[in-house]
Amino acid sequence: MMSDNATSRTLLVCCGTGCLANKAAAVADALDAACPEASVKRTGCNGFCENGPIVKVQPDDISYYRVKPEHAEKIAASLGHGPVMSLLFRDADKKLVLRQADNPFYAPQHKVALRNIGTIDPLAIDDYLDAGGYRALERALAMEPDEIIAEVTASGLRGRGGAGFPTGVKWASARAEEVFPKYVCCNGDEGDPGAFMDRSILEGDPHSVIEGLAITALAIGAEQGFLYIRDEYGLACANVAAALGAAEARGYIGTNIRGSGRRLRLEIVRGGGAFVCGESTALMASIEGRLGEPRAKYVRSVQRGLWDKPTVLNNVETLANIPVIIAQGGVRFAEIGTEGSKGTKVFSLVGKVERTGLVEVPMGVTLRHLIFDIGGGIRRGRRFKAVQTGGPSGGCIPEGLLDLPVDFDTLTEKGAMMGSGGMIVMDEHDCMVEVARYYVKFLSDESCGKCTPCREGLRQMLAILTDLCEGRGQQGDIELLERLGATMKESSLCALGQSAPNPVLSTIAHFRDEYAAHIEEGRCPAGVCPALTTFVIDSEACTSCGACKKACPVDVISGDKDTPYEIARDGCIACGSCRESCRFDAVSAHQRKEALA
Amino acid sequence: MDHSTHIEEIARRYPAERRFSLAILQDIQREFNYIPAEALPIVAARLDTPQAHLYALATFYKSLSLVPKGKHVVKLCDGTACHMRGAGNLLGSLSRQLRLDADGRTDDGQFSVELVNCLGSCALAPVMVVGEAYYGKVSLEQLPTLVDSYREGGENDE
Repeated sequence: MMSDNATSRTLLVCCGTGCLANKAAAVADALDAACPEASVKRTGCNGFCENGPIVKVQPDDISYYRVKPEHAEKIAASLGHGPVMSLLFRDADKKLVLRQADNPFYAPQHKVALRNIGTIDPLAIDDYLDAGGYRALERALAMEPDEIIAEVTASGLRGRGGAGFPTGVKWASARAEEVFPKYVCCNGDEGDPGAFMDRSILEGDPHSVIEGLAITALAIGAEQGFLYIRDEYGLACANVAAALGAAEARGYIGTNIRGSGRRLRLEIVRGGGAFVCGESTALMASIEGRLGEPRAKYVRSVQRGLWDKPTVLNNVETLANIPVIIAQGGVRFAEIGTEGSKGTKVFSLVGKVERTGLVEVPMGVTLRHLIFDIGGGIRRGRRFKAVQTGGPSGGCIPEGLLDLPVDFDTLTEKGAMMGSGGMIVMDEHDCMVEVARYYVKFLSDESCGKCTPCREGLRQMLAILTDLCEGRGQQGDIELLERLGATMKESSLCALGQSAPNPVLSTIAHFRDEYAAHIEEGRCPAGVCPALTTFVIDSEACTSCGACKKACPVDVISGDKDTPYEIARDGCIACGSCRESCRFDAVSAHQRKEALA
Repeated sequence: MDHSTHIEEIARRYPAERRFSLAILQDIQREFNYIPAEALPIVAARLDTPQAHLYALATFYKSLSLVPKGKHVVKLCDGTACHMRGAGNLLGSLSRQLRLDADGRTDDGQFSVELVNCLGSCALAPVMVVGEAYYGKVSLEQLPTLVDSYREGGENDE
């Protein structure tokens, strides 16, 4: 009886980097041992990393969260007898949720780019084929290059890396060049802090990217291609390498693609840990073995890219959409989304939201829907303050603009951008001046230094913002930041420098008061900047639980059941760990009057 | 095998083309935890490229280091999500606990600590990686035990 129940079942264990960090590999091994008759499959990332490791039982369609190896026996015994209640998801009303489709995090999602992730084993090409994989490539082999490009153009697909350039137009330009060899490239140098959709796709469904790249090559007439992947993404590199081998063995790439006489050689190039290499010309320089510095783009890379030959570079998520477009037709793809932005977009919803993770929704949904319906609102009942979109090139969007539809054009009009899809939600305990300083610090570290406006502009911005955060702000600093920003936008060489001022300018535009408070009153309203902040425990609200004392990294909190808890002024570094650890809002931030120790 | 032979062997894994400069240096970095000084002339000769070119790469790309790193490389993610959830406090705490020098290393060569760009595990913020092992939602409280497990004789010290 037991074994019948097990034999007919598949256990899908999420083995994305997030779940692996929570010991998913041990969970999969334990399930292997506990139910040898069932088929245990190690899949890519389900996106709901915070609640991992995730295990799905098929065909029952039951999803378990936060599974530990010791739960394996329980799961094995339950097969065919109903779910293990304690491992089910509980929604906001504490109701148990059985199916992934009923989970409030997943229900509103529409998966296209992420269609296979979490249901197939990325290392098994047969899983991909069973899911309809490589059928689009077979179809493309029977099409004329112009027909392929026409489908992509009809789909309205725009580059998912952030710039939103129409993919069909890019391909058509490269196709029109009569120079050979031509190259295709996949941009997997996902560098925007807070974005991890490309990592997830490369790890969880590498064949979809390879198929997309192979179709690109057919369309433009290329026979060689590169996948430039961040070296930090070890699992992604490994899974893509394995997938390339499997695809070649089955003839989907290689010297004679499916007997058509067409050829395509693909190889992985590991990135060197330079953010600027996400920029197209810098990426190509890096593939050539040179320094990853961008060049001026009087001539586009579709004309002269890698080794001065016509090159098409597409982002991972863009490429993952291609097989769907070719298989179903561009017109059908274009039914999803808005007028100017077709299809879906994957967002990484992170920061201070209740439910964090990777979500894919049709273009045009509102920020409010993303943050409050899918994300479940702000953690610990705090107030929403801003959402940072588009990574270091993007901006901060305040509450008043939350009903904007998210697509390529709307956010750009408001001084932010959708970018690659990072969405970092901030609450009342986040200081917008410090956020701006954080991005500028990141960018000034990552600026390649080739052009002066970017290199020196960022350095000066960082000096001013650091002064503001440390209580040395002066009248006129805000205006100076604005002037610097305008110059950098206008005169930087590449998109990194041109968009670098966005985090500063957008926070000034929407949170000017907060800048002013730092300068005029020496006060950090959010209670974040240590030089301006001090923390006090309210003895009325304090329950003497001791959480703050444990959290304090410098041991300056005293107290016990009988003595009220207190923070000693001496030695306190104002890091705010006590406030974060307090469940009773008993720790509050105040303006610091004396100098920081 | 001495360093030079080993480096030579790594360089020969790739065709002698300049475009493999970065890949060869990355493999050397992985093997030795840094780029030893003797590596540059060997690789330069193999690829028929100036040493200055390799030196430029080694100083431009963050994944390469010309100074030896500790036995255990601790990477604290400072992506936006981790930053918001206290990566800076983790670094401060580690610095105090391990008495790191200005380059983020301990003088016994056991640890080097670096604040790194987004590791793409934002939903688990703040994230710390020791060697290849990922730790999510790292708290100040668990840091001392976690670090101790990597010290000589600890359960994670191999």
